[in-house]
Formats: sequence, structure tokens, C-alpha cells
Amino acid sequence: MKTLADLVPSQEGRIHFITGVDGLTQRLFEMGFTPGQSVQVVRFAPLGDPMQIRIRGFNIALRRNEARRVVLDPA
Amino acid sequence: MAATASRTATPINSTAPLSHRSIEQRYLIAVIGNPNTGKTTLFNALTGLSQHTGNYPGVTVESALGELVIDGDHFLAVDLPGTYSLAPRAPDEMLAVSVLVGYGKDIPAPDAVLCVLDATNLDRNLYLLTQVIETGRPVVVALTMMDLAQKQGMYIDIAALQQRLGVPVMSVHAARRVGLSALQQALHQTIQSHVPPTPLVQLPDTFAHEVDTVEVALASGQRQLPRFLIERLLIDAGGSIEQELTRQFGESIIATIRAARGRLGTTNPSLPQIETQARYQWITETMSAVVRQHLTTSFTWADRLDEIVTHKFWGLLIFLLAMAFTFQSIFSWATPIMDLIEGTFSLLGAKVRPLFPDGPLQSLLVDGVIGGVGAVITFVPQIAILFGLIAILEDSGYMARAAFLMDRIMASFGLSGRSFIPLLSSFACAVPGIMSTRSIDNHRDRIATILIAPLMSCSARLPVYVLFISAFIPNQTIWGVVGLQGLTLFVMYSLGLIVAPPVALLLKRTMLRGEAVPFLLELPPFKIPAWQVVLFRMYDRSLAFLRRAGTIILATTILVWALSYYPTQTTTTVAFRARHATAAPEEQARLATAEAGERLRGSYLGQAGHAIEPFVRPLGWDWKIGMATLASFPAREVIIAALGTIYNLGNKQNEESVELRSAMQAERRPDGRLVYTPLVALSVMVFFALCCQCGATLATIKRETGSWGYAAFTFVYMTSLAYLGALLVYQMGSRIIG
Repeated sequence: MKTLADLVPSQEGRIHFITGVDGLTQRLFEMGFTPGQSVQVVRFAPLGDPMQIRIRGFNIALRRNEARRVVLDPA
Repeated sequence: MAATASRTATPINSTAPLSHRSIEQRYLIAVIGNPNTGKTTLFNALTGLSQHTGNYPGVTVESALGELVIDGDHFLAVDLPGTYSLAPRAPDEMLAVSVLVGYGKDIPAPDAVLCVLDATNLDRNLYLLTQVIETGRPVVVALTMMDLAQKQGMYIDIAALQQRLGVPVMSVHAARRVGLSALQQALHQTIQSHVPPTPLVQLPDTFAHEVDTVEVALASGQRQLPRFLIERLLIDAGGSIEQELTRQFGESIIATIRAARGRLGTTNPSLPQIETQARYQWITETMSAVVRQHLTTSFTWADRLDEIVTHKFWGLLIFLLAMAFTFQSIFSWATPIMDLIEGTFSLLGAKVRPLFPDGPLQSLLVDGVIGGVGAVITFVPQIAILFGLIAILEDSGYMARAAFLMDRIMASFGLSGRSFIPLLSSFACAVPGIMSTRSIDNHRDRIATILIAPLMSCSARLPVYVLFISAFIPNQTIWGVVGLQGLTLFVMYSLGLIVAPPVALLLKRTMLRGEAVPFLLELPPFKIPAWQVVLFRMYDRSLAFLRRAGTIILATTILVWALSYYPTQTTTTVAFRARHATAAPEEQARLATAEAGERLRGSYLGQAGHAIEPFVRPLGWDWKIGMATLASFPAREVIIAALGTIYNLGNKQNEESVELRSAMQAERRPDGRLVYTPLVALSVMVFFALCCQCGATLATIKRETGSWGYAAFTFVYMTSLAYLGALLVYQMGSRIIG
């Protein structure tokens, strides 16, 4: 399964689903990480984590182990 | 989702209202919005300086209340914490929801909700609005950042948007005061007509049916909840509402909810997914109807800047410079102003002293009150400077990048990047450091940061280190290059930094354990900070400190003054009066300091010093050191003046004083051995590096956490650490040296 954490900077993907049923999943849904939505990795922080994501025109940072829960459509 | 219940009259059920003014007669406007929407700037523009911040009862969340006058009518406005949704998972989000649905303690349901939407992030902002409308309160929308949206090639048809939303939509630019009066008129009319808006998004009928079932089940147990809360309760498994109601009503309510969730039978997709998808579907339709986007792929200056400040080399360099600047400004730039304040207050003390006869009143006024007020006010320059800088860092968008850069390091001991600046600031002073933890959105991370902040070696420890190092650590170099005195100072400074990470980890695994809160940090576009925001923050934070922490600091100072002044020692007074009468004029001053020393040694504090001697003996201390440590409870650096008084040198000694240094070097125990050896000095310094002898810090912790519990915990754990540290140093040291 390809996840958001597997993308390299400036690579784009389309959200397939988000694993888990906890607060993180709900918060990601609320912020617009909905199935079918495209996401782009902007960069990784200098120390390798977290990562900067662009979605729906805004930028958000999340940690790799959170990004791993965002499963992308197989390219 | 079915229309929510009509407005319910919410009684004000407490005698301690949120504001001292009577809020019952006034209409209440709640202001809500996503973070980074310019919500607070708009709130400030609407309410001006009439506002004051206050903690909500029982929670650590602080929110501002302000007054606005529209056409002669007075309104009260409350600035709710920024939130992305009304599915609460943290205390501040829970507060926003409670206030909106009229479930908040001591605050009535709002008569209107002002929902602030950022035009450049309209889709995500509309998400919150769809939920706010379902609370059933009349809503007015303020659309901010329209100029920015236009620059990004976005055209928003406001009339069409207003029609689709069914509530007034007003475009505003708060900093330039554009659109404010139209917004005020819209609020006024909305409150007068009082029409609840129609929900925009439909959830499946089966969901509304289960909400009915739960409502009936609750009513049979004489419990009533706003319908919006029941809806959220069904959707947000494990969220704040579930926790709050379990606490109030017990586990039975959860069983009812679980049964209802089970009947809905939606594990895949889950209820939250059904909700969010329904909302975003409506949002997508709305966006395509009201927004025309001219695709621009232009690389803006803000993007370029973002690339530089997050760069592996330049980004870290800029970060280090920014932090050095911040630290330097509170550490040294505040010093001249602080010295000026201290000078002014000691001058004032000297002027007031002769106005009163010798005695308790004179001593209380000069040493207790004037000294205490001075001690409070000296913190203000640091607080004002730090919060000015923080406001600039936050409002420009840099603060989020700093957290982005530092998150990896802070995550390794259970915190997030947001804890970095509060901890760094605590190296200058823990008081502004603790106050700046407000920017940490996760409650448990914030508490953990507050509890370890006083471990950072603050500027008040420096005089203690300087005195003991210069007097007792030999001025030698080891391995030919490293100065022993400098090395000791370095070790003392590092001590807190070494101890803090394991303490933070331990706290996060025990006391502050809970569901891991995701690190989702929005990186807003860079912008020039608004000076109004910066100045207001400096003013507001300084005032908040003086009002709340200030009184406690003053009280502590007076308490310690009383302990060192009483009991009345008549024999000492009589004896010294006789000696004063016979002594030569040049002897008078020496005699006065000797009398002060005699009195202090005989005071309650002196008695306490004797009482704790068995406990401090294993640290290598005598009762006088123990007593000086007790006297320094209001502030660590007070130990120097206390030692000065104890050794009959008067309280005007400072860390550079040769006189005090030689008195300490000469001080002997009853058996003739020297009191201070390098080892005893180390033991004292280690104690002061780790202890929390700082009334101001404890007062600030109480204020920021809303409970004396955390302040007491900090004092106890740090004092235990300090004691253990000093014990280890002295006992191990004496065994090695022999």
C-alpha cells in the first residue's frame, strides 16, 4: 500500500482512504483529507520529520507515522 | 440532520460569573473560527480596549470578553478558542462547543454567533460553519482575507454565497477597519430578528432517528442535553463530550450511546467519515457555485520565503539567529529596565523609611510591601518584550515554521515543536516562559512543558552560581585549557537541561498519559505582522501577569517578611539599644547590621532553620544555609541578601561582594571546621539549579493551569530532585575526597 509518507517532495497523490477510527482519522477528514482529494508533499523538515503537505490550497505539517495512515490510490 | 431545538433559556447557575460585570442583561455574541483566520484581530477591532481576558471556571482555557456598542445598544462578545470543527477532542474545543450550545458554566447561550471565515481557505472554513449553523444559534459570517484571495486569482461571489448559506455574509479587513460597521449592523439585525438558520447538510435519516432514541432515553432518566451535543456524542467516539458526560452521568450513558452506534452499524465507512463526506460534498457544490478560480501557479514571495526558512542549512541558521535574538532580548535588554525599576523601588524604600518610626509598620511597608511590589514589577519588562516578539513570530507565520523545525527533537521526549520557545524563554525566566505555553494546543503537552520549564537555568540562578563559584571553586585550569570555574558554571547551566527530558517523558507516561494527540500543524502563509496585534499582546499579557500572579507574589513576599521579622525580640532590642547608646558614631552602622543579623537568627525563620538542620546536614549544610534557603522561597537570588544579613553584613550584599565572600570563607562550625568547602558550595549550587525556590514561578503555574495542584506538584518534585541531587553530590564527593 502506498501512503502519503512514501511520496517524495513535490510528488502528488490521490487519497484512497485513511486507516484507523481514532481522533487522528476524524481530524484528517475534517481538515479535508477526504477520499479522492489530491495531496502533495512540499518538503520534509531538516531533521527528516515532520513533513509539509499541501492540500486544498493550504499547508499543513504532520509526522511521518501520521502520514502513513493516509493510503493513496495506486498510481 | 434534523433542525436543532429552538433556543432554550439557559439559567446562569453559579454565583461566580465569568465577568464581574453583570452579563445577564446583555446580549452575547460568540466569535468562532479556524485558527489563523484573523479572528482575534477582528475581535480586537470590534471591542477595542474594553476587553479583558479571563479563565473559564474549571478549565485552563483562557478567552477574551469584550464589549461593543452598536446604535446605542451594548453587547458582550466572547472570543472562543480557534477550532477546525465542533467535534471536541481537547479542553479548548470542548469549551467552544459548550458555549455555543448554551451548555457552558456561568455563561448564557449566545444570542448570535459571529463565524469568521478565511476566504483563501474557504472550503475548510465552511466545514466549521456547517456545524455552527446546526447549533441553532443565529449566525453572521465575516469573510476575511478577501484581498489575498483575489491576489491568488480567486473570485468569490458574496451575494451567491450569502444566498446558499442563508445567513448574512460580510467582507471585512479588520486591521484597516474596512467593513466593520456593516458587520455590526448585520449582527444587530440578526440578534433582533433572532431567526435560527436552516441546517445546510443532510445526514442519513437513520442517524436522526437514533438521535431521537438517545434523547428519549436520556429524558427518561431526567437528563436533558442540547440536541447538537447528542449528535456529536453519537459521532465522536472517545471525544471530549463522551468523557465529560461519563464523568457527570456515569457509564450508563455510554452504554446507551454504544447501543445506538451499534444499531447504525457503520464501521466502514465510519460515522465520522459519513459526516465529513456529506459536509465536503455540500462544500464542493457550494464552492463550484460561488467561487471562480483563475488557475495561477505563480510562485509567490511567501513560497520562496518558506523555502528558505525551512532549508536544511539556511533554515536552521535563521532559526538559531531568531532564537538567539529572542533569548538575548529577554536576558540582557530587559536588564537595564529591570535595574531601573529595582533602583526606583529601593530609593522609594529609603525615602519612606524615615517617615515612620522604627517598628513593625515601617518594616512591613518598606521591606514587605515596597519590596514585594518592586519584585512583581521587575518581571514586566521581560514579559512585555517576550510577548512582543512572540506576537511578531506568530502573526508573521514564523512560529509555525519554528515548531516544524524543532518537532523532531522535542518529539524524542514526548513533546512537540511548539514546546521549544517556552522552554528556551525559561532560560531567561520561567515566568514569561510558562505564560507563553498558551501557544501549545495540546493540553497535556502544555502541562508537561509548564512543569519542566522551571528546570531551565533562569537568570535568577546566575547570582547564586557567581557567588559560590567565585568564593569556593579554585581558579585553576584543568587539562591546561578548561577553567574550573567556567566549567562549573557550564555544568550548573546544563543540569536542568539534562534532567528535563526524562522528567517530561516520565510525566507523559504517568500523570499526563492519554490518547496520543496528532501533531497537525497548519503552516499559514507568511505576512507582515500587524502592529496593533503586537502592541495589544504586550499590554494584555503584562496586565494579566500583574493582576493574577502579581498579587500572589506580593503575598509570598509579605509572608516571608513576617516570618523573618517576628517574633518580637525584646531582649535583643534592649541589649542593642544600650550598645547603640555607648558606641562611637563610626561603630553605629556595624552595630545596626549586627542587630539585624541577631534578629534574623532569632526570628521564626531562624527557628525553622534550626528545625530543618537534621535534614540539611546530610547535604553538608549548617542551619544558617538551611535558613537562608528558606528565606529565598520568594526568589532564588534572595539567598545572597539573606546570607549577608545572617553574617552581620546587612542585606545590601550582592554576588560580587568581596566582604560577603570573605565572611563565608571564614565561617566555621562549632567544632572549628570551615562551613564552606568546595563540595558544600557544589551541593548548594546543585540544590539551587534544581529547586523551585521561586514564588513568582509557582504563582504563574497556578494562574496558567488554574489549580494550586500543579504548582504544589512542581514545588514538591523539584525540591525532591534538588535535595537528592545535593545529597548525591555531597555524599559521593566526601567519599571520593575521603
